[in-house]
Amino acid sequence: MTLNTDPALAEPDEFYAALIEMHRGLSPKQSEMVNARLILLLANHIGDLDVLKEALAKARAGI
Amino acid sequence: MGMDYQTLVLDYRRAADQDAARNGTGPAMHPVIVVGAGPVGLTLAIDLANRGIPVVLLDDSNRLSNGSRAICFAKRTLEIFDRLGCGQRLVDKGVSWNLGKVFFGDDLAYSFNLLPESGHRRPAFINLQQYYVEGYLADHAATLPHLDIRWLNRVAGVVPGADFTEVAIDTPEGRYHLRCRYLVACDGARSGVRGLLGLESKGRVFNDRFLIADVKMTAAFPTERWFWFDPPFHRNQSVLLHKQPDDVWRIDFQLGRDADPEIEKQPDRVIPRIRALLGADVDFTLEWVSVYTFACSRMERFRHGPVLFAGDSAHGVSPFGARGANSGVQDADNLAWKLALVLGGDAPDSLLDSYAAEREYAADENILNSTRATDFISPTSHASRVFRDATLQLAKDYAFARRLVNSGRLSVPAVLHGSGLNTPDADVFAGSMVPGAPAADAPLRIDGGDDWFLNRLGSDFTLLAFGEDPVTDCPVPLLRITPTMDSQGLLTTRFDALPGTVYLLRPDQHVCARWRRYDPAAVQAALNRAKGR
Repeated sequence: MTLNTDPALAEPDEFYAALIEMHRGLSPKQSEMVNARLILLLANHIGDLDVLKEALAKARAGI
Repeated sequence: MGMDYQTLVLDYRRAADQDAARNGTGPAMHPVIVVGAGPVGLTLAIDLANRGIPVVLLDDSNRLSNGSRAICFAKRTLEIFDRLGCGQRLVDKGVSWNLGKVFFGDDLAYSFNLLPESGHRRPAFINLQQYYVEGYLADHAATLPHLDIRWLNRVAGVVPGADFTEVAIDTPEGRYHLRCRYLVACDGARSGVRGLLGLESKGRVFNDRFLIADVKMTAAFPTERWFWFDPPFHRNQSVLLHKQPDDVWRIDFQLGRDADPEIEKQPDRVIPRIRALLGADVDFTLEWVSVYTFACSRMERFRHGPVLFAGDSAHGVSPFGARGANSGVQDADNLAWKLALVLGGDAPDSLLDSYAAEREYAADENILNSTRATDFISPTSHASRVFRDATLQLAKDYAFARRLVNSGRLSVPAVLHGSGLNTPDADVFAGSMVPGAPAADAPLRIDGGDDWFLNRLGSDFTLLAFGEDPVTDCPVPLLRITPTMDSQGLLTTRFDALPGTVYLLRPDQHVCARWRRYDPAAVQAALNRAKGR
């Protein structure tokens, strides 16, 4: 399996708003922790190490 | 009361070899000299002596381990001690444990049960002070006619040569020299032999300091392993509490990078830390205190001609995961039979290269595991700390996160994948008993009595044969397993055996070949390969 980078979100605007809403009222430190928890939850859902490694590399690229 | 192994003083005795110079004869020649009578050197020397190889075991001290040091002895190590004939005494004295608790901040994050699979003679771990392990092994060693232990014999010079290696040894009565065909350095992380040969063990040094306090108390703490991340009594650091025999508890405090080891060792610093953990009303006495750092390192090669390195002299790991002494005992387990075959003229010297190759591979695996645990316990970046804490928070509610928490992974022996001594499978097998794997144990019924599979393996290669098919012209001792013997079927399952299946096991109980049908020529070829011939 490879990382799907084609558009896959059924409701992109809805997701984006929910993501920002998740952070509302949080300090930068709290937001950082919530992000870390979110990454761990999603990583477990994906499960496939090759896909995760590809995502890690793409996230890091260009930074 | 048993012997007090903590204070035991072992007697220096003058050896006849020390008179060689006075008598005008050259230095005495020995097949093997082992340096260092710790768990690794003792294991190797006992194993060699059991195989009929005369061994001189040198130790620069006349005491056993100073402090409890290595306290977790893993199942595989116990199986090796069983093979040597001294496992039961260690298990009887040791503390067995299965339950662990992980705390984060003020709360319990989760608890776990090691739940060792049933149908094995030995538990996943026992806790036992290193001085008991050394003391019991030394007691056993003293009964072996081929084993000559020389306390207060410090190696002062090593000159490897084509015909023999010459060793200079300092004793209370002055210096003498010995010659040997092989020298094995089991002399620890600061190996004197390694230094004398100008060799190094290289790797990653960790700057975090840790405080070990062994505390004697009769408090009713359960026999569990408790690990705290960032507890209220020791903020921003980790703490480990673990039980040993004799009402002794190991408490390990992470101190951070800036701690001063001399100050932190003082009782007026240590006692308040312990009080904060145990509570004000628990009576305890301090048995032993030590401040340590560690490095995950290894020598590039474990063999340098006639000189071989085993245990901490060859490789260093963090203490998380009990991989130091356990991996060193496995080094000895791997080396002893090979040395015995080479010295007996039954295998070429090049067989010893496979020791280095196999145990360098195992050391890399141990270093990887211990480095990962260290990075979790002692995060070295801000992001690493955030993910660590996020994992611990999630672990309270989600099982998946508990599997990410790493306070030290269960020490299991390396499967020697890809070793040149293995014969690759030609037949189809399932399960974990692949060539290179240490054989799994299982209960057997033999002549109406209960026994264990590993207990039935001798010190030689063994052909393990399932079912009733005839086995003729077998070049090694045969252990036939009938359905009656494997009454619970566990051995058959663990080896994915069918009637007619045969396994060739090495003297160190690792699988080196297997087939669905016995063929003497194939067994002989695999045997030659495993002997490096």
